[in-house]
Amino acid sequence: MVISNTDKELKIIEKWCKGCGICVEFCPKDVLEVLDETIFIRDLENCIKCGFCELRCPDYAIYLEGDSNE
Amino acid sequence: MNTGSQLIKNNFRVEKLPHIWCPGCGHGILMRAVTEAIENLNLDKKKVCIVSGIGCSSRAPGYMDFNTLHTTHGRALAFATGIKLAKPELKVIVITGDGDCTAIGGNHLIHAARRNIDITTIVFNNNIYGMTGGQYSPTTPKNEFGTTAPFGNIDKAFDVCKLADGAGATYVARGTAYHVKQLIKLVEKGINNKGFSLIDAISICPTYYGRKNKKGLAVDMMNYLKDNAVDVKAVKKFQKEILEDKFVIGEFKNTTEPEYTDEYNKILEKVKHLHK
Repeated sequence: MVISNTDKELKIIEKWCKGCGICVEFCPKDVLEVLDETIFIRDLENCIKCGFCELRCPDYAIYLEGDSNE
Repeated sequence: MNTGSQLIKNNFRVEKLPHIWCPGCGHGILMRAVTEAIENLNLDKKKVCIVSGIGCSSRAPGYMDFNTLHTTHGRALAFATGIKLAKPELKVIVITGDGDCTAIGGNHLIHAARRNIDITTIVFNNNIYGMTGGQYSPTTPKNEFGTTAPFGNIDKAFDVCKLADGAGATYVARGTAYHVKQLIKLVEKGINNKGFSLIDAISICPTYYGRKNKKGLAVDMMNYLKDNAVDVKAVKKFQKEILEDKFVIGEFKNTTEPEYTDEYNKILEKVKHLHK
């Protein structure tokens, strides 16, 4: 199971987002939404930092900082 | 300026991002997975060479910060074979598409597999020629549509894994843009295999394949991958009729056979005395 890691911070790069909505669809906690064709963090408090958004973002526009994939 | 996660900073030419691919294209997911696999293996970046042909998939090496080579249509494996023979110490990874690999480059594919040369080939398989405008490819399923098959495609699709297996590849697997963690592991194992490895990475093309075949948006196509992939380990649990509409993912073959550059070097050793 994915364990929540509070050291990590959810980051977005709006400029790189193409608004496909894949991260929104597969976010297990419904944290994200697409607003005006770009990603928006609606509910950061519920984020469990699982990183599924980062894994499936085709444009690298959302990621967990402090996650060096080690 | 924010240039992305540590993985992206470490392995990409960030000044070239965002990439050229359409919104929701699966290729970005696959490209990231390949670099994560390379990073997980702690490979020396100077010893990694990424080679591609032509097509949407083949844009990948332009963004990846390794030794990279963008070659001609279908010939990625031919160039990669040359690189591997000249510098066997390199980890040679080919990123190719379904059209590039199985149509234009089909001949190179079967012979690279037959020779069991130590190259890892990752096929970004989106079932269509995206870059040139949605022509059907050898992996477009029968009866589906492309701009060159307006009434439906009558050709039977290639199973890229069976093709590679039959031709002699020693590592064969299939992953998808949805099952990313599994795909990363498959690519790692493919790179570690000393011999020809092929990973059929199922991508999504919402712009052409999706639109031509009414598959919905990128999100719908990702859900299709999620709902219709059956792991090879679970295949026995399903009835045949159910499997007809599904596709199988996972590791299909992992064997060891003599590797081409090794065999070639043995010949060189054998004839060395003739040139003294």
